[in-house]
Amino acid sequence: MATRPLSPHLFIYRFAYTMALSVLHRAAGILLSFGLLLLVAWLLALASGEAAYASFSAFAGSWPVKLALALLLVSFCYHFANGIRHLCWDMGWGLERQQARASARIVVVGAVLVAAVLLYLFFGKGIGS
Amino acid sequence: MSNAAQALSRVLGRGSAHEGAHHWRTQRLTAVALLVLGPWLIISLLLLPDLQFATLRAWASGLVNAALLALLVVIACWHSQLGLQVVIEDYVRGWLRMTTLVVSVFLHVLLGALGLFAIVRLALVAP
Repeated sequence: MATRPLSPHLFIYRFAYTMALSVLHRAAGILLSFGLLLLVAWLLALASGEAAYASFSAFAGSWPVKLALALLLVSFCYHFANGIRHLCWDMGWGLERQQARASARIVVVGAVLVAAVLLYLFFGKGIGS
Repeated sequence: MSNAAQALSRVLGRGSAHEGAHHWRTQRLTAVALLVLGPWLIISLLLLPDLQFATLRAWASGLVNAALLALLVVIACWHSQLGLQVVIEDYVRGWLRMTTLVVSVFLHVLLGALGLFAIVRLALVAP
């Protein structure tokens, strides 16, 4: 079994930026899996009382965690937008090369814009303070 | 299934066991659900006056909010497990593959259970 060629064999293809989007989709998905740990920790802290929530807030307010939260929000926006792109492909829409390149650009620009707005709103709301 | 049974199935034209698409389909279905639940959580939190303890407790103990939060946690854990499974199957080799697959499933179930427990406690127990 180990001797057969297995997907994904990425390195036989000439690089195209749509490939970077595909890799980023996985990377963002993996990050978001770890983000689930934070979501559940947040719920547990909230359910455990005011003192527990205060220490969670202090933890979430520290700079490394704030940075991680920002990265997770960006990852969510990207994985969300590119996920819609994948669902469209699953229904047979937009599979032509030109369409895939156009949708790639829409996804990146849209995700960055939405992430910027959400970051502004959430940090303006004093997340983790 | 023995080789003879496999050959017989092929002759009889039975096709596959019809479970090949289950993982694929579930991944898409959970994705569509999260397309709704993700923005719901983000918008709900943004619509709150602040993110203080009392405000969040009051919000999370609402009947609809608690139900949707529970759905979000369960479906997000499910989707995450399905996604990580594909990543592990693609990149991890040898005995480590089955080990990481099993650990990933266990951790996701644990995470979902902890999340559900927290949500039920939020909804039913006064702070």
